[in-house]
Amino acid sequence: MIDGLFISAAHAATAESGAHHGGHDFNPMHQFVINRYVPIKLFGYDASFTNSSLWMVMGTALVIAFFMYSMRGGGLVPTRMQSVTELSYEFVANMVRQNAGNAGMAYFPIIFTIFMYVLAMNLLGMIPLPGLGNFTVTSHIIITLALALFVWIGVTLIGIYKHGFKFFKLFVPSGVPIFLLPLISVIEVISYFTRPISLSVRLFANMMAGHTMLAVFGSFVVGLGILGGWLPFSFMVALMGLEILIAFLQAYVFAVLTCIYLNDALHAGSH
Amino acid sequence: MDPAAAKLIGAGLACSALIGAGIGIGVIFGNFLQGALRNPSAAPAQFPNLLLGFALAEATGLFGLVIALILLFVF
Repeated sequence: MIDGLFISAAHAATAESGAHHGGHDFNPMHQFVINRYVPIKLFGYDASFTNSSLWMVMGTALVIAFFMYSMRGGGLVPTRMQSVTELSYEFVANMVRQNAGNAGMAYFPIIFTIFMYVLAMNLLGMIPLPGLGNFTVTSHIIITLALALFVWIGVTLIGIYKHGFKFFKLFVPSGVPIFLLPLISVIEVISYFTRPISLSVRLFANMMAGHTMLAVFGSFVVGLGILGGWLPFSFMVALMGLEILIAFLQAYVFAVLTCIYLNDALHAGSH
Repeated sequence: MDPAAAKLIGAGLACSALIGAGIGIGVIFGNFLQGALRNPSAAPAQFPNLLLGFALAEATGLFGLVIALILLFVF
């Protein structure tokens, strides 16, 4: 719903600005428009190859190519490129061990994949490409919601598979006074079912708000021209640094929360 | 009231969620500094938690921003 909203909002606003404002047809939402490059119809569904698909393919290919290239030697003493790869591996491995315990290491590959995917999409969105423009895959809620639902359903299934009926002890925390239990259980159930929403909206809102803000400040630079534009331009450099930090942080937060949810499912009995 | 005006006022009010996010981020960094100055040797180990808290607090404010955008563009 919100995904369609952005496309329609962006289209409506471009049409509006062209009609009303005249001179500057600037719209901070224009960067979220999805363009169909290769229209494909599949069983009545629109499965076109869009700019979103192109960025996903680029990001995934970049990550795979980097890992393949840096690990081609696979030496005991790492080269510079190899140590970057090993650093990212160690970073995620430590995160999984700390938050989900050693039992969580069985699910390390999927968490590493999710982290690298989100990180690559966030960082690739920071780079405007000549001829293609700029697009952030994770600034569309349909992408982040699909990721979050995948994580949430997967984690729930793991919990039920591991613990059977005992999994539902997750909603009945031990050590709570009996008269508070009905209230606490309801809150726990609600918080469990809002997890995919909060997980997806957190990433989507951060990316969308950040890129809208960058576009607005970029328009200040253009609007003030060569004489006055230096002030917002220097501010823009700082904002860019903040956005790169947030691009990394949100990938980290997404992965950490996945680990925490996984930990809940793996250790549901010991709650 | 004109529905369009009500929509704009509602979107503006929804952005007040950012007040809470601002307070939250201030509390997180303030308390981290307080703790870090009392026990500087323990501070580096808690840096990931600081960033996690910052990101979570910031995201809560952005939920309000999303509501503002839904009000503006869906209704």
